[in-house]
Amino acid sequence: MRSLRLLGIGWLMHVKMYWRAGFDGFLALVYPLFFATVAFFMFEPESLLYASLGAAVMGIWGATSTSAGSAMQRERWHGTLELLVASPAPFALLILPITIALATMGLYSLVATLLWGRLLFGIELSLEHPLLFAVSIPVAIASIGSLGFLMAVSFVRYRRAWALGNMFEYPVWLICGFLVPLSLFPDWVRPISWVLAPTWGMNAIRESALGGNALPDLAMCVLLGAAYVALGLAVTERMLRAARARAVLALT
Amino acid sequence: MRVWLRIFFVGGLTSYRALFGFLSPAIFIPSLLVAPVFQVLLFAYIGRSAGAQSDEFYVVGNAIQYASIPCVFAMTQLISEERQNRTLGFILVSPAPRLALFLGRALPVIVNAWFVSAFAFAVGSLLLDVDIQGSAFAPIALVGAAAAFSCTGLGLFTAGIGLLVRETAVLSNVVFGLLLVFTGANVAIEDLPGWMQGVSARLPFTRAIEAARRLADGESLADVAGLVAAEVLVGTIYAVAGFLFLVTLETQSRKRATLERA
Repeated sequence: MRSLRLLGIGWLMHVKMYWRAGFDGFLALVYPLFFATVAFFMFEPESLLYASLGAAVMGIWGATSTSAGSAMQRERWHGTLELLVASPAPFALLILPITIALATMGLYSLVATLLWGRLLFGIELSLEHPLLFAVSIPVAIASIGSLGFLMAVSFVRYRRAWALGNMFEYPVWLICGFLVPLSLFPDWVRPISWVLAPTWGMNAIRESALGGNALPDLAMCVLLGAAYVALGLAVTERMLRAARARAVLALT
Repeated sequence: MRVWLRIFFVGGLTSYRALFGFLSPAIFIPSLLVAPVFQVLLFAYIGRSAGAQSDEFYVVGNAIQYASIPCVFAMTQLISEERQNRTLGFILVSPAPRLALFLGRALPVIVNAWFVSAFAFAVGSLLLDVDIQGSAFAPIALVGAAAAFSCTGLGLFTAGIGLLVRETAVLSNVVFGLLLVFTGANVAIEDLPGWMQGVSARLPFTRAIEAARRLADGESLADVAGLVAAEVLVGTIYAVAGFLFLVTLETQSRKRATLERA
């Protein structure tokens, strides 16, 4: 219960902070709209709802990738990384809310992109399974945030972690089925897509909106999200032990 | 004249190496080599999915448009980082001629942007198996240089805005996004609404992208000379406007003590 409370309060605090930040707030809202606009011009009218949903979910990953990659570097810049590591609360429970909060910023971009498509391009969002759609969004956000957590703890030894996070923005947009069906890629690409939660999050949101069965995709989101967190916990343990032993947490 | 040239070439290169953080391999490789190739792939595959244009269309458009990252980010950083490092005041009280001081920084930016663009074009073409005649590569490279020049002119202007706002990374990303939408990198200009075509005509890259596409389709450099000249003209207008903007801000900052306000 205490862990859940810590996660919840940490998430709320970081959402409030990011909402007021230019890069993580304003840009997370506006940046995906540029890509959505281009996509709306590229697709034929009958495919615009497909494009609108894909571009909307792209924003969740866009808000997560660069900033989650550098989440721990940011704590280092602020001089709070050592305090977080030394605090009695498990370190992972302090970092996980950061990356889920970042993914949550993508919710604003998701709504903005759907509204942008409706108001400027006349794309009507008709939901076949509204309840499943409503469930799919937070599940997708949590699983993408968990992937961000894994990135955050994996990149902690890199001073330029934001650039590594930024590097993964386009590839995930490309191979997770946001605007390009996986069938267009060579066979060797598909297994990579399958281990990425955004693929299943996108599927779940699209299936629930367009009338398919979103439950298997939601299950995969939960499964992969749990796997990322478990892997992230193991990496965190190892990283903290090494940082303490070698006194390299500050990277100075 | 020797001092002017030294400030232009040596000072410009020194400032570029000192202040443009992307030159570290840990940033350069992911942000300026890997990302542009994936932008090319992303839009080429979206194009396939949407049944829109050929792969060549997206390779040319995105390779040139991605030059905006090294152009706009670098020019903005080269001015705003002086403020961050508390050296802007020293630079501006120095008797160094302003033209050499500001334009000297632009030269390495143009060279780097051209390289990034050429790399994205070459790797994107190879990965997507785009068939372009060998004789077209040199003229396309020339057009890439014109595009890098014109966008660096725009970068000078955003560098001036960078003195007025704190969030220069946000500013540069917004400029990148606008260029992505309006320059015809992924959507043919004639498919855009009229008012967007009007905006396109006033931006860098629009003519360079069109010229490079025509060269890739087999036309000669002479056929697109007018477009290339117009691209250079647009860049010159932005560079002059950007330079005057910077000088005006410097004058205002002296009068009102607002140099480091943002």
